[in-house]
Amino acid sequence: MSTTPSPDAAGPLADIEDFLARHERKELVRFTTVGSVDDGKSTLIGRLLHDTGAVFDDQLRAVKKASVGRVEEEIDFSLFTDGLLAEREQGITIDVAYRYFSTETRKFIIADTPGHEEYTRNMATGASTADIAIILLDARLGVLPQSRRHAAIASLLGISQLVVAVNKMDLVDYDEAVYRKLLAEFGAFTAKLSFDGVSFVPVSAKRGDNVVMRSERMPWHAGQTLLGLLEMLPVRRARSDEPFRFPVQAVLRPNLDYRGFAGWVARGIVRAGEEVVVLPSGRTTRIAAIDTYEGSLSHAPAPLSVTLRLTEEVDVSRGEMIASKEAPPTVSNDVTASLVWLSERPFDPHRKLLMKHTSRWVPARIAGIEGRRALTTLELEPIEQISMNDIAIVRLHTTRPIFCDPYTTSRATGAFVLVDALDNGTVAAGMITGATPARDRRFDGPVSPTERAERLGHRAAVVRLSGEAVRIERALFEQGIYAIALDPPAASPDVVAKLCEAGLVVLLHDVDDARYEVCVAKTASVSRLEGALSVPILDMRAVAGDVAQHVLEAVTAADNESGAGI
Amino acid sequence: MRPMLLSPPALTHLRQLEAESIHIIREVAAEFQNPVMLYSIGKDSSAMLHLARKAFHPGPLPFPLLHVDTTWKFRAMYEARDEVAKMPGVRLLVHVNRDGLAQGANPFDWTSQKYTTVMKTHGLLQALSKGGYDAAFGGARRDEEKSRAKERIFSFRDREGQWDPKNQRPELWNLYNGRVDKGESIRVFPLSNWTELDVWQYLWLEKVPVVPLYFAEERPVVERNGALIMADDDRLRLRPGEKPVMKRVRFRTLGCYPLSGAVESTATTLPEVIREMLLSKSSERQGRLIDHDEEGSMETKKREGYF
Repeated sequence: MSTTPSPDAAGPLADIEDFLARHERKELVRFTTVGSVDDGKSTLIGRLLHDTGAVFDDQLRAVKKASVGRVEEEIDFSLFTDGLLAEREQGITIDVAYRYFSTETRKFIIADTPGHEEYTRNMATGASTADIAIILLDARLGVLPQSRRHAAIASLLGISQLVVAVNKMDLVDYDEAVYRKLLAEFGAFTAKLSFDGVSFVPVSAKRGDNVVMRSERMPWHAGQTLLGLLEMLPVRRARSDEPFRFPVQAVLRPNLDYRGFAGWVARGIVRAGEEVVVLPSGRTTRIAAIDTYEGSLSHAPAPLSVTLRLTEEVDVSRGEMIASKEAPPTVSNDVTASLVWLSERPFDPHRKLLMKHTSRWVPARIAGIEGRRALTTLELEPIEQISMNDIAIVRLHTTRPIFCDPYTTSRATGAFVLVDALDNGTVAAGMITGATPARDRRFDGPVSPTERAERLGHRAAVVRLSGEAVRIERALFEQGIYAIALDPPAASPDVVAKLCEAGLVVLLHDVDDARYEVCVAKTASVSRLEGALSVPILDMRAVAGDVAQHVLEAVTAADNESGAGI
Repeated sequence: MRPMLLSPPALTHLRQLEAESIHIIREVAAEFQNPVMLYSIGKDSSAMLHLARKAFHPGPLPFPLLHVDTTWKFRAMYEARDEVAKMPGVRLLVHVNRDGLAQGANPFDWTSQKYTTVMKTHGLLQALSKGGYDAAFGGARRDEEKSRAKERIFSFRDREGQWDPKNQRPELWNLYNGRVDKGESIRVFPLSNWTELDVWQYLWLEKVPVVPLYFAEERPVVERNGALIMADDDRLRLRPGEKPVMKRVRFRTLGCYPLSGAVESTATTLPEVIREMLLSKSSERQGRLIDHDEEGSMETKKREGYF
């Protein structure tokens, strides 16, 4: 095993073009490191970077400078990675940090995640893109409850390879028996998880044993060093037998003769001439060309970014998907998912959520909470509410369909994030475990009230106010509710009924009782509305408190009576 | 007759990084009302611009480039900038902090820190506010400097354009959350996962032109505080006893010429530049005089709105 050349080894650089040609052939591998506080994670990464020549001399000098004044007399390797001032002062890592190094065969991206109380959300972040997870065990402390949890989360996040580094072997006299005991205990646990492979290696990050250099102090270890494992472990790549998925990011129309759909191959391999389906319209057509800056390709595997042209004039927009006709994804409004709650604010059913799935944003609602995974056993336990770092099992309803696969078969089309519609914070990360196919829909008939409500994300309503209609209209609009205030002269029964049919929340103010009653009667008599959805009639004149909030809850609550379930 | 179809490129790390960057650039173009791409004329900007052109080929760039000028760049940089402005499908805007110049900002009388804050940071914030941009691409990489290692690809900035390291949005998979309210914005770093070597190698592989200052040439320089400063024009104020001498030098990073240290070099091709970089083992920010003022200085500048 060899690494990026160090300054005193000019040899590999003698022929720079040859070096570049070799460097160009490297593949990209992402790994994440997880562990508990004080198990030496930062030191391990610092050691990897240092021993592979990825640390620059001036950085080394800066670290030596910063090490003075601490008790350590040697180089403190953790200082290579503890970046922010706040962290240096506290001696901990508070956020996910990304590091880079490469060897002869692979370029590595490390997602270094901290092990303190916010670990689940940081770990999920680091693990979401990783091919390999390294878990550190402290040889003195053995398997901690956290170690099990970390391994289980890595498995849940779809990481295929787990590496267990038993660290601080120097502090147990490099004793093989200590290592064997940990291997047996933790190996039995990880065997129950869904990794493609689990590997163990005894190391001392501080002294460099079995990190990059093979340890002379542990001759009994016949396996690879840590770096050796990182270089050889197989990682999942797009397979030709996987059906392809192509989320559309943008439509390129530079001139009248060109109409291309820019996006990325999220799964599988797309081929020129292949028969495809466009979702959600369900139209089928063929791939006319796979365009890139360099020219048109015969085929393109995940994760390439390309531009597709279709043989027929099919209307496709951002957020829609071009997919294999043979095995299309599930088109669904109702999914079950594991949800890692990221926000410090617990789940609040009254706050509106948006889901980002592939290139698509859709309003979403948590329709049911099945429970959460217990901290150490990961068994399902009941919960009242979802809080930060919980892994909840939920049912979600989206007002427009998504085109998805189970996360375990396809990370790119099985993952989503939830965003608070009001403050735009990313509140949760989800992994789809199941999806109910949307019922076959006709796309040529009249638009139904249910479809309108799904598009808008709420139901129509008639609301009677004593005043302040403009302020409430604004407050509702900001919460994603399409409301319109009607002045008394405009509030005719026909207008009110028609606006309700369009799906809007109609705000009436200063209308007299007689007019209000005819408006309500007319609305109720519109038969197409009665069939599918009830229209809440809300007289809010006497309601104290936040009127807009009351209206919001009424028009977004599940419609149990009619069963439309928007 | 059908044109010849190409096989897809081998999925090397550079092609994977390229695919990721193009995906990011397209997401921003599609989700924001008014994005802009910061263009600093350096190698990272060249790589970013090349990726953006690939992302929308055969169409034009759906956003303008913006150069925040200090009026103290190297002449060769202005020439390179003018060439970029002539590229088909590219619209280039230039902004100078005229107030700063009127107040007398210059790299000689002002400390490098104050000068940079006024001419670069304030200039940038002025330009972003004037253009009403809700997203701005930057060419920064996470391997440049420690405080960058935790930077998100979509980095949220408040109404004052400031960065709060403790209030960044979690970023999972490639699902970027670019939703902002009025006045807020996102800085986007499509090269986050590239290293210095990756950028150089990509530019070489793709035959992207870079400013000749990166290559060694006989240039007039004076030595100041251990750094070689090029007398790029007659505005360089010579100190008593200073006399420019011709040295074979090149620049590892480009900025304002009175603040950019040159290195002695014989590298005249990109592979030679790359070899020097690999052998020198000194991170590139060392050439930038502005980072050495204090430990954690980049973090402090970023909080204030610097790219």
